[in-house]
Amino acid sequence: MRVLVCVKRVPFTGGKMVLAPDSMALETRHLGFTISPHEECGVEEAVRMIEAKSGESVVLTLGPAEAAEQLRDAMALGVDRAIHLETDGSEWDPEATAAAIIDAIRADEAASGPFDLILFGNESADSGGFQVGLRVAGALGRPCVTGLKKVTIEGASVRCEQESEGGRDVYAVPMPAVLTVKEGLNLPRYPSVPGRMRAARKPVATMTPTQAQARLELASLVVPAGQGRRAEVLGSGPSAAPAVVEMLRKIGVV
Amino acid sequence: MGPTDRNLPSHARVVVIGCGIVGNSVAYHLGRLGWRDIVLLDKGPLPNPGGSTGHASNFIYLVDHSKEMTALTIESVKQYKEMGVFIESGGVEVARTKERMQELTRRMASAMSWGIEPVALVSPSETKRLVPYLDESIILGGFYTPGVGVVDSLRAGTLMRERGQSAGALAVAAKTEVLGIDVEHGRVRRVRTTEGDIEADTVVITCGVWSPRVARMAGTQIPLTPAVHQMIDVGPVPRFAGAKSDIEFPIVRDMDTNMYERQAGGDLEIGSYAHRPILYDPDDIPSLAQAALSPTEFPFTQPDFELQMQHALELMPEIVGDEKVGVKYAINGILSLTPDGMPVLGESPDVKGLWAAAAVWVKEGPGTGKAIAEWMVHGESEIDLHSSDIARFHEHQKTRAHVRARAAEGFNKTYGIVHPGEQWASNREVRLSPFNVRERELGATFFEAAGWERPQWYESNAPLLEEFGDRVTRRTAEWESRWWSPIINAEHLAMRERAGLFDLSAFTIFDITGPSALQSVQCVALRQMDVPVGRVVYTPVLSPTGGFKSDLTIMRLGDEHFRVVTGGASGMSDRKWFQDHLPPDGTAQLTDLTSSTTTIGLWGPRARDILATLTMDDVSNDGFKFGTCRTIEAGTLRVLASRISYVGDLGWELYIPMDQGLKLWDLLWEMGKQHGLTPCGIGVYGTTGRLEKCYRAHGNELETEYNVVEAGMTAPRVKDEDFVGKEAHLRHRQEEPAAIMCTLTVDDHTSSTGEKRYMLGREPILTHEGKRIVDRHGRGSYVTSAGAGPSIGKHILMAYLPPEHARAGAALSVQYMGERYPVTVAVAGPTPVFDPENLRIRS
Repeated sequence: MRVLVCVKRVPFTGGKMVLAPDSMALETRHLGFTISPHEECGVEEAVRMIEAKSGESVVLTLGPAEAAEQLRDAMALGVDRAIHLETDGSEWDPEATAAAIIDAIRADEAASGPFDLILFGNESADSGGFQVGLRVAGALGRPCVTGLKKVTIEGASVRCEQESEGGRDVYAVPMPAVLTVKEGLNLPRYPSVPGRMRAARKPVATMTPTQAQARLELASLVVPAGQGRRAEVLGSGPSAAPAVVEMLRKIGVV
Repeated sequence: MGPTDRNLPSHARVVVIGCGIVGNSVAYHLGRLGWRDIVLLDKGPLPNPGGSTGHASNFIYLVDHSKEMTALTIESVKQYKEMGVFIESGGVEVARTKERMQELTRRMASAMSWGIEPVALVSPSETKRLVPYLDESIILGGFYTPGVGVVDSLRAGTLMRERGQSAGALAVAAKTEVLGIDVEHGRVRRVRTTEGDIEADTVVITCGVWSPRVARMAGTQIPLTPAVHQMIDVGPVPRFAGAKSDIEFPIVRDMDTNMYERQAGGDLEIGSYAHRPILYDPDDIPSLAQAALSPTEFPFTQPDFELQMQHALELMPEIVGDEKVGVKYAINGILSLTPDGMPVLGESPDVKGLWAAAAVWVKEGPGTGKAIAEWMVHGESEIDLHSSDIARFHEHQKTRAHVRARAAEGFNKTYGIVHPGEQWASNREVRLSPFNVRERELGATFFEAAGWERPQWYESNAPLLEEFGDRVTRRTAEWESRWWSPIINAEHLAMRERAGLFDLSAFTIFDITGPSALQSVQCVALRQMDVPVGRVVYTPVLSPTGGFKSDLTIMRLGDEHFRVVTGGASGMSDRKWFQDHLPPDGTAQLTDLTSSTTTIGLWGPRARDILATLTMDDVSNDGFKFGTCRTIEAGTLRVLASRISYVGDLGWELYIPMDQGLKLWDLLWEMGKQHGLTPCGIGVYGTTGRLEKCYRAHGNELETEYNVVEAGMTAPRVKDEDFVGKEAHLRHRQEEPAAIMCTLTVDDHTSSTGEKRYMLGREPILTHEGKRIVDRHGRGSYVTSAGAGPSIGKHILMAYLPPEHARAGAALSVQYMGERYPVTVAVAGPTPVFDPENLRIRS
């Protein structure tokens, strides 16, 4: 089978978020980059499917040249090859993003056959538009199930478990299909050193799509109040006890 | 009271800024030595405030070629063990190349010199027995140190804080950021923090990579740069499943690939010093709040680690090649690098009361803390810290560009094979003597001293090799031929037979003037300085406990005018020492003339003939006695001539304003030709000429750890006037010395392969049977200086030996490159091996 997983390079924000002076972007000077936890699960799922069923897994991203790092990360986990839709680094709106991805999928499928499954994260970690997966599915005319916590291939269809209030909705969907997945779908593996070394040699097809006229415009970013709070380690082992007791006293527990 | 005390006192005896391993140690040791009202601050939380200590790999290798670093490390291990936070795992430095195997024999020698036992060279199969998950087929052998181990540096810090607190000496304030350091009249007065001000006239900056930023608040510099050290953690490792402690197998240093691999519980930690130097500015470090991990754990840059993964895979395929072993953690950890690889310790030369202890790694943290505390409390540390002294830096060496250039160059030498004579390639040609243009024409090979370009030898002297033939020893071994030329020995012989011309521009020169000038130099010099005007005095400068702070010459140029001349390397710390001993009432001043005055050395039997052709002044032996100085006229130049010698021949140091230096050089050159004047490099001045005369050098023979009696520099009587170290010196004169400075010569240079080998210094001196020699203070004997003695036809070694070995004719041995060579004590004490009656310099 063939599985495509789409990922987006986003800043790794463990601490307080700081905006660039124009409030149009995050200040990323001190930040590393990653993909969202949802997408990490998508990558893991794609790798597991091909390990189980054989075939080919492909990772795709739309982003700046540096996003190649995220493609290598995915390939280090076992994805076979990558498609890089290279941009100048500016943020594309969901419509433009989806359009470029659709073109790329059509081109790849024309050459290599259809993808049985196309996986997206439920939403990106930064802009959180919740749209790209649905737009791609709509354009390709394939079924789409969102917010998945479990995916099982059963013959020519896929059983999808979607988180819902108080339980799970289960869908059986014929392939090819588009799925958007959520953190908790699986427990992603760490890359092995041989995996990392293989990733450096795996093929990346790079193309520069034309950006569709944006219909969404970013006005400005605002950091929500209360962010940046973080846990503080008071100590470890028996020596931490006085500090813990003091803290419990301070907050009125004892 | 909890572990943190948020109520900052308004006054403190001392404020220590930074709760990494160094700050905790400094604060603890100050309290242990009796100081009270110590305040220890950090802007981060405790116990891990987010600096380099928090992400350090925490392992400690014991052996370093630097005596100072090894001593600090050994002391640190002692403290970590006493605190119960040290796990001994052993460590193997493995070699993939023949060059590295040779280097490992040098490690063996350093271990013996500094007294680290046991150590052993091990075969690949022995290495495999120690580290069963290593592929022994790709290594040639290893250097095994069983005493290597891992520490819990955060726990050690906590323990030290608790001890200081329970002794009532220490208040700790976490999450307290320093906003400013107020300096008044050149002295630190207060520390301004987010929690209020603290009045204090002593402040210690132990801020690791942030140190330059904090120093800037006080208007001064701590020359270091934050730099990346990459580290990954892979696991879970099946072999380590069920590990009962953090480490059960020896730590491996894969020296040729600049990497290490160590067990960390169930995982393997892989670190690298192999990647491109990645330097930051202190201002690049994110705040605690902004940092994704900690402020000193930067995002990992995978492309810099590609080759390292391959190297790790080669050495440890069982673990690193396991598909189920994942990369769980990967960081670009930030640590401190300095322009010369040594820490930055001591009181700022710019701001009184402002101390630094920075660029210190976990392995030497507690030892450094103790040493700094001793220095602050007693004025001196037990371990000689001259190579780490913050006052050592010349102005250009404190610039951002210099720090970055040298740190970048030095980074990949972390595990490198560094030749003792190895020169820096970056940021050269900063200080050029007026003669530089001539020296280039003569094909000089330049070595650097304090930023000055100094000729080490001149290619133009190559024809002398033929003239002196077999008297010039050739070297065939590549190691000893590196950074060396037989031309040095030929220049030496030419000087001894005719005359040599030396560029001594790298001298640090400063004048002490004013009504209290005499008193100022008197109180730091061992020798009597109340001498007639026109006398030049060579004098040790003692530390409070009577060790060697320095040695230098002082000319009396007037009743209230002294000129101090010292070496470039120690020049800046000597200047601080004199500056600190000026009277507080301003009745004496120090003026640095280093950049306005240059010096030419003229020595050899024909030196007088040459000088006489230049001047109408009386330069006869009676007219210009040894040990005197005065201004003479040489044509239109007025030259301060000082009749002393560091090479043991008749001659003068000639001091001249920098702008007229070239003119003097040219005059000497022109007039010297007929007398066979030869330009001579520092190879002669610093090594061959000096060693034949057994002249001691600071940093080699002369350290605070040895005293005047041991160095054989005792004068018949001690002056009545007070001076630093007098009490101790008087005591030393009453004691039987524990060691005596000796000059040895090598009896046979032939190695097992038949090649002649020549020691370069710092090798252990052993008994004839090969046993370590240790004096009653526990100090091992090692070669303090080594070099050729072309006039005596021997290779000369200097070493302190305990009295039972310190007698002429004693047969001993020296360990070099894994073999022992027979040596004989030529002289015990100060008598030179060449011209023992000193007839030449007085002729």
